[in-house]
Amino acid sequence: MPKTQSHYPEPTQFETVEQHTLSILVDNEPGVLARVIGLFSGRGYNIDSLTVSETEHEKHVSRITIVTKATPMVLAQMRHQLERLIPVHRVIDLTRQGTPLQRELALVKVAGLGDDRVEALRLAEAFRARVVDASTTHFIFEVTGRSTKIDQFLALMADIGLVEVSRTGIAAISRGARGMLQS
Amino acid sequence: MAGTMTGSEIVLKALVDQGVEHIFGYPGGAVLPIYDELFQQDKLKHILVRQEGGAVHAAEGYARSTGKVGVVLVTSGPGLTNAVTGLTDALMDSIPIVCISGQVPTHLIGNDAFQECDTVGITRPCTKHNWLVKRLEDLPRIMHEAFYVARTGRPGPVVIDIPKDIQFQSGTYSPPKDIKHKSYQPQVRGDDDLIAKAVEMLATAKRPLIYSGGGVINSGPKASKLLRELVKLTGFPITSTLMGLGAYPASGKEWLGMLGMHGTYEANLAMHDCDVMLCVGARFDDRITGRTDAFSPGSRKIHIDIDPSSINKNVRVEVPIIGDVGYVLEAMIAKWKADGAGAAKPALKSWWGQIGKWRERDSLAYKENDQVIMPQYAIQRLYELTKDRETYISTEVGQHQMWAAQFYHFEEPNHWLTSGGLGTMGYGMPAAIGAQLAHPKALVVNIAGDASIQMNMQEMSTAVQFRLPIKNFILNNQYMGMVRQWQQLLHGNRRSSSYVEAMPDFVKLAEAYGGVGIRCDKPGDLDDAILEMIKVTDRPVLFDCRVASLANCFPMIPSGEAHNKMILGDEVSYEDIDDAIGEEGRQLV
Repeated sequence: MPKTQSHYPEPTQFETVEQHTLSILVDNEPGVLARVIGLFSGRGYNIDSLTVSETEHEKHVSRITIVTKATPMVLAQMRHQLERLIPVHRVIDLTRQGTPLQRELALVKVAGLGDDRVEALRLAEAFRARVVDASTTHFIFEVTGRSTKIDQFLALMADIGLVEVSRTGIAAISRGARGMLQS
Repeated sequence: MAGTMTGSEIVLKALVDQGVEHIFGYPGGAVLPIYDELFQQDKLKHILVRQEGGAVHAAEGYARSTGKVGVVLVTSGPGLTNAVTGLTDALMDSIPIVCISGQVPTHLIGNDAFQECDTVGITRPCTKHNWLVKRLEDLPRIMHEAFYVARTGRPGPVVIDIPKDIQFQSGTYSPPKDIKHKSYQPQVRGDDDLIAKAVEMLATAKRPLIYSGGGVINSGPKASKLLRELVKLTGFPITSTLMGLGAYPASGKEWLGMLGMHGTYEANLAMHDCDVMLCVGARFDDRITGRTDAFSPGSRKIHIDIDPSSINKNVRVEVPIIGDVGYVLEAMIAKWKADGAGAAKPALKSWWGQIGKWRERDSLAYKENDQVIMPQYAIQRLYELTKDRETYISTEVGQHQMWAAQFYHFEEPNHWLTSGGLGTMGYGMPAAIGAQLAHPKALVVNIAGDASIQMNMQEMSTAVQFRLPIKNFILNNQYMGMVRQWQQLLHGNRRSSSYVEAMPDFVKLAEAYGGVGIRCDKPGDLDDAILEMIKVTDRPVLFDCRVASLANCFPMIPSGEAHNKMILGDEVSYEDIDDAIGEEGRQLV
């Protein structure tokens, strides 16, 4: 008596889901980001945060930082699947190596008058946010730090007159003297 | 040729320098410059298919039966989208294919031009890699790199998309050099410590089993030789996946038959009960494992694979060895000999005793019938009457494919062409065309079903044009047999759209194409009819073999079950199954 009407087996492995940060070195060629994110959507992996920029201009190498949630077995799969992509040089699971340094930058537009402006500046100072643009009716703050700090800053600004926000996503690097290709 | 060449000339020169002799393709606006060059040379032979899907499968059959890279040439837009199924098929089964597609001129890309499609976007998930050639100076490098990527590591299909203006431009050609890709460097050598650990595990195993797969075939003939040597050296039993048939000869006494959903009783029970499993170039896919938590629960597993992503994907293994199967097997054999391992062991003897008992169960037995041709009987007769020739077998997908795997016995690698991973109906006839071109003197038989064969029937015309005497041996039961079997077992025998009401007359159809049609519906006439089929040497054959309409393919591991929960054919009578409807049908599983 079949337990299922499908000819595919039921899922049988249940592991705890963990959040990890991956660093991926790729050739900066057309379509490389599409290959990486296409792999994530095609295989059903999720992306919490994604950052990409060329880091070595002469070699045309870019570094992609992806924060994702998955079980340990799937996290290992992600690394191997990414390494199958031809323009991918190296994939490192930074979280597996220790606690990586993770920072994010946000540009936060706040509008308001009177006391709200004073309060916004006071909070910005507490969060070490810089004013990068201003008028008599608005400020734009630049704030960096861990994502949780930025979340907190935005929550406070929401009450004062938050108009919009642009965040970079997480940039991450391992601690210590060694680079990701030396491990 | 010194000086400058056009893009089209560069494409053809690169193909010749890569050792290509045959190209499968279909012309169209965006590849006309390349076709014009093809017309003016005689080193490359172009095989005109009737639909681009056929071109890729033909190239797959060519590649699988020779070990060479298969080459496809299609036009932009619909030419390329028709090729997508074949590319996906080649990706799933790790078949090296270079597909060259025409593209609209560079200045029109992104403009929704006539016959434009986003080729690199569409083929990104169904190729190992792809390239859009935007500058002529990149073309020679990309051509050579494409062959390198397609055939090395875990082989696979690649696409080179060449805009029409690039085909016309003039530039300099550069011949292939030793390529060292800056980011793509597949690992070929296995880790010596892990190899030593694997040998030690095998030497102390009480119930060892070798489970081999398509990776052995991909690694080349040497890997098959080494696999045979390892089995001889150790005396271990061996089973194989669908894709790996032929790597170890079916006549070998250590051969347990194919494993998996429709594998033999002895192979699946040995998988379930073994204590050390050596997986060689296979990937623990769901047709093999069934329920993963009940898969071979008591064994420690060694996995040799060139693709790190195949390791620990479905099943956790103790010893993962990343490398080329040929290299790793050679190192294992050397280590085994150096260790002086493998003296006659009583444990192994008792393991073989147990396997002998499972074998006695004769899991492939079926009820013979002297009125109606049983499909299993048809393949048994085909095997007996063709086994002494150089024979290549391709298949379509479905019941006939499983019966072919069970009842046609393969002695050599590269002689079995089937769509395993993707399960593509319509694969068999074009694949047979590819194999026949590569082996003009050999007998090439496509074991087909009546439904599958109609998915690429138009390729009969290709076979007639190129005088390819492929034999399409159709097990005609008027149903999509495997679909009907699943409906019977899982959906109350409601045959939703699985009966083919308007079957063509295959004999007349063959004749209409200019081929030979043969029909047989009596077991007593079958041998003569098969011999008549084999005699045809200048045209394709459609052999309409009328078989029992409701036969089921057994043994079978039912859905979501472990290997030791197999259904055996002789435990359920066909009449019982035929009569079963509704809930009762499910009770039989």
